[in-house]
Amino acid sequence: MTGLLGKKIGMTSVFDETGQVIPCTVIEAGPCFVTQIKTMDRDGYQAVQLGFAEVKDRRTSKPLQGHFAKANVKPKRLVREFDLANGAELQPGQEIRVDSVFTKGDVVSVIGTSKGRGFQGVVKRHHFGGGFRTHGQSDRERAPGSIGSSSYPSRVFKGMRMAGRMGGTQVTVRNLKVVGVVPDSNLLLVKGSVPGAINSFLEIRKDKPQ
Amino acid sequence: MNKLQLVDAMQMRSDIPAFASGDTVNVHVRVVEGDKERIQQFQGVVIARHGSGMSATFTVRKVSDGVGVERIFPLHSPRLAKIEKVKEGAVRRAKLYYLRHLAAKAIRQKTGG
Repeated sequence: MTGLLGKKIGMTSVFDETGQVIPCTVIEAGPCFVTQIKTMDRDGYQAVQLGFAEVKDRRTSKPLQGHFAKANVKPKRLVREFDLANGAELQPGQEIRVDSVFTKGDVVSVIGTSKGRGFQGVVKRHHFGGGFRTHGQSDRERAPGSIGSSSYPSRVFKGMRMAGRMGGTQVTVRNLKVVGVVPDSNLLLVKGSVPGAINSFLEIRKDKPQ
Repeated sequence: MNKLQLVDAMQMRSDIPAFASGDTVNVHVRVVEGDKERIQQFQGVVIARHGSGMSATFTVRKVSDGVGVERIFPLHSPRLAKIEKVKEGAVRRAKLYYLRHLAAKAIRQKTGG
């Protein structure tokens, strides 16, 4: 397997072999179930579809219920595709646990949805410096400043950084090292922080060796 | 127990003696030099205990050749071979940062030595 789905539990620290403190994020990774195998003949590419987190039947649409029934697994909340590792033999309905995918020392990417920040100004959203606080300024402290010239071009260029909705977008953090795996409780410990709030869903992918 | 506490509990030490601010402790630290390991001792007064759970630390202060030295140790660090309580202190505060400004004699009086 090249990856797994999981849920962010929170952050803590662990000691490594030399006694150094390593900040790490605890992720509840799996158990995931194979919901579909995409094959060259049928789909034109190879992949494996995994499902994670139980959900009630009545919250699942009829077409999805059928899709899960085909693989003989209970309906899942999150479904994602992963590359098929070379020579991996997987069956629909098969359970995949953390310890079969990750070992200590692996390098992974974690994909999640960042925390929603709402409508934010340019100082927070784009790290603008703002204006002067003193020297007679009245409402310039967090203002964006000029957003362009006047008669030419007489418009604001596309992509101009302004205030607006911030966060709540997909964020990938790469090159995170796996510092521990706890098979009994399906936990994965990675060094550093990962996007999103506690209890948000994450996609953990093994990085290809560079 | 939630899953975060579970991860912490796996590494917490159970061999830590009860000690508090004002106590004099002798901390045995494992020091790795090249491929050899030896024990270094650091004896002084505990002037603060900070945090809880896995991330708890404590600060030890001693005066070495007239120079005040403070070291902050993670309480559950595997680098600590042993923590020995040498003397119980009698202080009325949890954080003894004021000891930094006192003379040796005053420190002895304050920590109940």
